[in-house]
Amino acid sequence: MYKTALKFKAISVLTAISLVLASCGKNKEEKAKKQIVVFNYGDYIDRDVLGQFEEETGIKVVYEEFLTPEAMYTKYKSGTVQYDLICCSDYMADKMIKEKEVKEIDYSSMEHIGNIGDTYWQVSKSFDKENKYTIPYFWGTVGILYNTTMVDKVPASWNDLWDSKYKNNIIMQNSVRDSFIPPLVLDGCSINTTDENSLRKALEALKKQKNLVQSYLVDEVRDDMVNEQAAMAVIYSGEASLATEYNEDLAYVVPEEGSNVWMDSWLVPANGRNYNGAIKFLDFLCRADIAEKNFEYVYYSTPNKAVLDNIDEEEKEEDTAIFPGDDVLKRCEMFTYLGPEAEELYNRLWKELKVY
Amino acid sequence: MVKSTKKTIEKIYMVLILLLLYVPIALLIVSSFNASERNKAVWGGFTLKAYIELIHDEIVMGALYNTLLLAFGASFIATILGTLVCIGMINMKNRSKTIIMGITQIPLLNSDIVTGIALMLLFTKFADLSFATMLIAHVTFIIPYVVLSVYPKVLQVNLSTYEAALDLGASHLYAMWKVVVPEIMPGILSGFLLAFTMSLDDFSVTYFTKAPGLNTMSTMINAEYRKGIQTEIYALSTIVFLIVLFVLFIINRRSEKLYRQQEESGVVL
Amino acid sequence: MKKLGSRLLAGPYIIWIVLFTVIPLCLIVYNAFTNSDGSFTLGNVLAVTDYVNAKPLFLSLNMSLIVTLVCFLLSFPLALVLSRYSSNKNSIIVMIFILPMWMNFMLRTLAWRLILLNNGFLNKGLGILGFNPVYLMNTKAAVILGTAYDYFPFMLLPIYNALVKIDKDIINAAKDLGATGFIILKRIMLPLSLPGIASGIIMVFVPSMSEFVIADMLGGNKVYLIGNVIEQAFNSGYADVHLGSGLSLSLMFLIIISMVIYKFFDKGEGGHGLW
Repeated sequence: MYKTALKFKAISVLTAISLVLASCGKNKEEKAKKQIVVFNYGDYIDRDVLGQFEEETGIKVVYEEFLTPEAMYTKYKSGTVQYDLICCSDYMADKMIKEKEVKEIDYSSMEHIGNIGDTYWQVSKSFDKENKYTIPYFWGTVGILYNTTMVDKVPASWNDLWDSKYKNNIIMQNSVRDSFIPPLVLDGCSINTTDENSLRKALEALKKQKNLVQSYLVDEVRDDMVNEQAAMAVIYSGEASLATEYNEDLAYVVPEEGSNVWMDSWLVPANGRNYNGAIKFLDFLCRADIAEKNFEYVYYSTPNKAVLDNIDEEEKEEDTAIFPGDDVLKRCEMFTYLGPEAEELYNRLWKELKVY
Repeated sequence: MVKSTKKTIEKIYMVLILLLLYVPIALLIVSSFNASERNKAVWGGFTLKAYIELIHDEIVMGALYNTLLLAFGASFIATILGTLVCIGMINMKNRSKTIIMGITQIPLLNSDIVTGIALMLLFTKFADLSFATMLIAHVTFIIPYVVLSVYPKVLQVNLSTYEAALDLGASHLYAMWKVVVPEIMPGILSGFLLAFTMSLDDFSVTYFTKAPGLNTMSTMINAEYRKGIQTEIYALSTIVFLIVLFVLFIINRRSEKLYRQQEESGVVL
Repeated sequence: MKKLGSRLLAGPYIIWIVLFTVIPLCLIVYNAFTNSDGSFTLGNVLAVTDYVNAKPLFLSLNMSLIVTLVCFLLSFPLALVLSRYSSNKNSIIVMIFILPMWMNFMLRTLAWRLILLNNGFLNKGLGILGFNPVYLMNTKAAVILGTAYDYFPFMLLPIYNALVKIDKDIINAAKDLGATGFIILKRIMLPLSLPGIASGIIMVFVPSMSEFVIADMLGGNKVYLIGNVIEQAFNSGYADVHLGSGLSLSLMFLIIISMVIYKFFDKGEGGHGLW
């Protein structure tokens, strides 16, 4: 009996050890040097670029996507995965910089960093004050994508999203801050307001609208609009521009009351394992030919001068979605990080909208 | 007369349900051949483009490969562990048995989402997410199906045959392998199959425990259908359907063979 | 030592379930009863009474009851019919009915998206027949339909298994004694298949209760279930592991209650009815 018990213990210990070994892997550090883990929005890079990077440098790219900046932050914070590079929007970058979750980027070792235009570095300063932690990737505006055959006039005002004529024909963004843009702007508030009354008022407006809304989506918006599932959708300029390529009836407008201009940037998170690999990848993305290729695929407004110089003026004038004029930009505001209390309030309001 | 109308109603009912079950799948398959770039509900001509693209699509093929590898690996491990415990339980006190069977039911009765979250919490604390953790997660939630399939068969094992084998000089291991295992084989097989199905079909557990860059079919579809490159996914559904048909055909052949063997040998399971 | 099967054989399994079932569950419980600074709180468990959580919970409850009912009403008659074809052939017929279960769950749901979209197959079809379009996509009805479709086989199979086990002699005897079809159904088929029905109800009710991805795909985020709330608590927005754990615990509690009801019906025999 004693012997059996001993054997039992031995087997237990052995199994446990082998399990631990299996889940951890012996040469984790070594492996980390040969790969980078990249976390990005959905469909936001040309996959061929990843392959080319692997070929040229021998560094494997583990690529993972997220739907919203909030989802990204949660995943990052949970620590289940050590990301080497993250792409995210301005206010989330702001938050991560403030929380010291980022590493400084060593620009001096980057050959092609000069390709990023000065204007964009200036814009970046709104969340990365000394231009130390981020590299601009793409930028754009938030507006309304509409199907010219399904609306009787250009929805030049956010108010058109509350027009009962379009019941069941409106798609809203399923992303907290973006969805609050229209009611806040209509109310004359800053989109960065933390005033509870203003936000509550905005929520009431969104609740009133819910009955008219067909769905709250993120990545699906473009495809649904191309497939003519709805007449109007709140969308990012880059997505809109792509959608109009697929369906000529679609057009994009930044409502006259004003909107949001955003900048997506790369940052190197604090707990990454392969800093050098990450920098190499960033430099690679800035390289003229790669940036060009990536731009052709993603088709968002690029901050890369080398790419911009190659685009003729005519094209720029034609595609106002990704090459907005100064008049549009003037009425747009950037998001900033609002602090934990406002975040919690937003979270609460968002939930109330969802269950309404 | 009455009887025949009743039969007709029954038949119509069966056909209706069959239509309800298969029309969605048929539409998926038809869509994969539809050349229409936009709306798949409008016929735009026949094409095999989706299939050619599918073969070259690393994301989709990678997910298919991962799914199969995961399902095979996990159900293999689960079957071994599950079968062993069932045999081991024969000699246990009733109370231990009840406890083991009770814990076994936990993942079964827990919703997938809770199982997934629980494992995620564990992995976040103690390990990096990787293929290994996905495998562990899958084994964990499919194991109960193996135990519940094998255990009833183990209870029916004829102990005297086993003892006879021992008396005739067979070692424990040999007797086990030659006498017990064949007897509980149907339970093991159906346990394996059920475990395999559950692993293939899973979304929630994988969703919470998946490693970066690694996708199973379910998580891949969840990410990709939103971006509007769905045609390849429709093509994938044709392939999955064909695989399923093939596997079922094999199983059916097997079970018929088994059935005949049983009839001949007079053993009724 | 002639005993078959050393108890040691259970070792690896026991370690496995302790490590990967019991400990993770303890983690959920631990997280549920603590807040972010590690002190004890009941807030997360009681959060279920907050209307932003309670409303989705009742919606889930409501919808999964409808789903379960729909599945039962469709599958019981079918199981009755199928159980009457009692030859070796019937395994093939039954297989045909449960085969969709083997298609990937996401593919099955995606198929319904194709059908229900505003200009999807359903409305194109209705258009051809001259009917007005119906906008089912992104409604509760769409989510119920999708969920019922996904879990239908899980109801059919246990009921079928229970019905097939009923001794034909009992039915014949009842017939000889002059019982009508209805009486046979009410007095024999229904009571004797009760364990199967209970099993089927659980197999459908439990997963649909915590469903979130079908609501996501067919509900356009307009149908917000408790599964979505929990998923969001972990994966998105301003996540809160503790709140998510608390809500998971509440969900588990609800399911345990339904389990107790199930045990009440399932006296002994036929417990694990799926196969």
